[in-house]
Amino acid sequence: MSGSDGSGSASLAAAPPMGTAATIAAGVRSGELSARVVIDAHLAAIEAREPHVHAFNLVLADEARTAADEIDRRVAAGDDPGPLAGVPVALKDNLCTRGIATTCSSRILDGWQPPYDATVVQQLAAAGAVAVGKTNLDEFAMGSSTENSAFGPTRNPHDPSRVPGGSSGGSAAAVAAGFTPIALGSDTGGSIRQPAALCGVVGLKPTYGLVSRYGLIAFASSLDQIGPFATTVADAALLLDAIAGHDPMDSTSIPGPVPSYSTTLDRGVAGLRIGLITQLMGEGIAADVAARVRQAAEALEAAGATVGEATIPAIEYGLSAYYLIAPAEASSNLARYDGVRYGLRVDAPTTAEMMTATRTAGFGAEVKRRIMLGTYALSAGYYDAYYGKALKVRTLIIRDFAAAYEQFDLLLSPTSPTTAFRFGDKTADPLSMYLNDVCTIPTNLSGDAAISVPFGTGDDAMPIGVQVLAPALGEVPMLRAASVLEAAAPTPGIAVLGEVVR
Amino acid sequence: MSERITRDDVAHVAFLAKLAVTDAELDEYTSQLAAVLDHAADVESLDVADVAPTAHPFPLSNVLRPDVLGPTLDRAEVLGQAPSVEDGRFRVPAILGEEP
Repeated sequence: MSGSDGSGSASLAAAPPMGTAATIAAGVRSGELSARVVIDAHLAAIEAREPHVHAFNLVLADEARTAADEIDRRVAAGDDPGPLAGVPVALKDNLCTRGIATTCSSRILDGWQPPYDATVVQQLAAAGAVAVGKTNLDEFAMGSSTENSAFGPTRNPHDPSRVPGGSSGGSAAAVAAGFTPIALGSDTGGSIRQPAALCGVVGLKPTYGLVSRYGLIAFASSLDQIGPFATTVADAALLLDAIAGHDPMDSTSIPGPVPSYSTTLDRGVAGLRIGLITQLMGEGIAADVAARVRQAAEALEAAGATVGEATIPAIEYGLSAYYLIAPAEASSNLARYDGVRYGLRVDAPTTAEMMTATRTAGFGAEVKRRIMLGTYALSAGYYDAYYGKALKVRTLIIRDFAAAYEQFDLLLSPTSPTTAFRFGDKTADPLSMYLNDVCTIPTNLSGDAAISVPFGTGDDAMPIGVQVLAPALGEVPMLRAASVLEAAAPTPGIAVLGEVVR
Repeated sequence: MSERITRDDVAHVAFLAKLAVTDAELDEYTSQLAAVLDHAADVESLDVADVAPTAHPFPLSNVLRPDVLGPTLDRAEVLGQAPSVEDGRFRVPAILGEEP
């Protein structure tokens, strides 16, 4: 990787300067803590270490200070700015922010400023949170390392010579570096959970349809879901509280009320049946990762859960199904980038030539690869063999999950087969990068929920994440189990991890 | 090398997707896409003849809103983001090869 800062592998991980989101919100709401002081402290952390991390495509320092001052004014006037009052939040740069550049880390959206805010962006503002920046990602969320960003990779705060994971690598790194206590990402095949695991933070992929996707720039519409990053399970639940619920602007949004996630965390796992997914504990999973997952299973058992072995035979075909379905949907979704209505245009004599010139210059190699793969999988003569078959495999995976959830309330597995890898390790061979998503993809295909919780470190002293999976709308018991794991973790929490590891 | 996808196939899908690829890129993409399709061949052994396809994780039906006026995006703001506009519309180069 280029641009080494000469600091070797010194850790850039740190606790957020003012504590958790819950602590900050409580302080700001009571008037004991100034939102402006909070924002200034986080902006100072960003200024000090961001050049070495590159978590952000854009830091919104002035906007954040203005918003914080407004929150302080409201508190002084006796108003309650909301459950996330004054909490700094980082937004993945595929979430639309009105009048603020939104790039998807792609040249093709060069200069574009969305004419509207994503629903989650509106919800966070309404809850009193303060957006401090737009975070880096693999271009259009296609990747597992942020190496596919048009603006250069993000570094893992625990070891800058390693990737932060992806595609929401910037959001994960922002939280792990102490730039913000919480962040939003999106998860199409593991893009929240895998970077959370690699950066030693909590990452949650909600049930498909639980969180509105209005204003999330589409990658694969039947798989995409927005979700939280946080340093603690409680903060992830607090953030989920703010964004969960029906939105008439998203036709895939689930109607009906949602429970409170942050107030049901401490109920433990006594009586819950938890299944360890045997298919995700064998070949391809590093020994140190598998050992931590077994240790996590023991911790859940010690807390009163019943732990058994769950088999999801079709999970083995998840990767194949995903890498046909997701590119097929992407090839359709990304047809809209044609140089006509927004973003980049490369001039040419005819419209057809202009579109080809624009797309060729605007998209990076991985995006082109997926568009071509998806176009091929959908093309006449191959549709049945590839896309059609993948949709049927998806049915098998859903059936196998449903059968497992008759026996178990929750499932357990690794989040990622290994700890964070080094820059360049997997870029030459796209398939090797795709294999990295084997543990996270099945949940996207089934539409269920899953969370990655930091659970100790590997042989290389890098963070390991354990994944708790739940059936659709099973976030409440899932978060209870995550809380138990957090309390039992061999290395308790990111804040300590950052100081202990190196 | 795999016969799952040929150089001509890749050139064809690149054309369909409005992407220009160089000869060198064509070679690279062909071998990379073939590797992915080779991996995906593991589903060939599965008998899924009687399995219904799932295009979406949950059953979806059309969602309709009440037919009343609501807020819409601001036209000037939307057009302000376009590379080229004229008379309140998006402007493009010639579409049929004639002089613009």
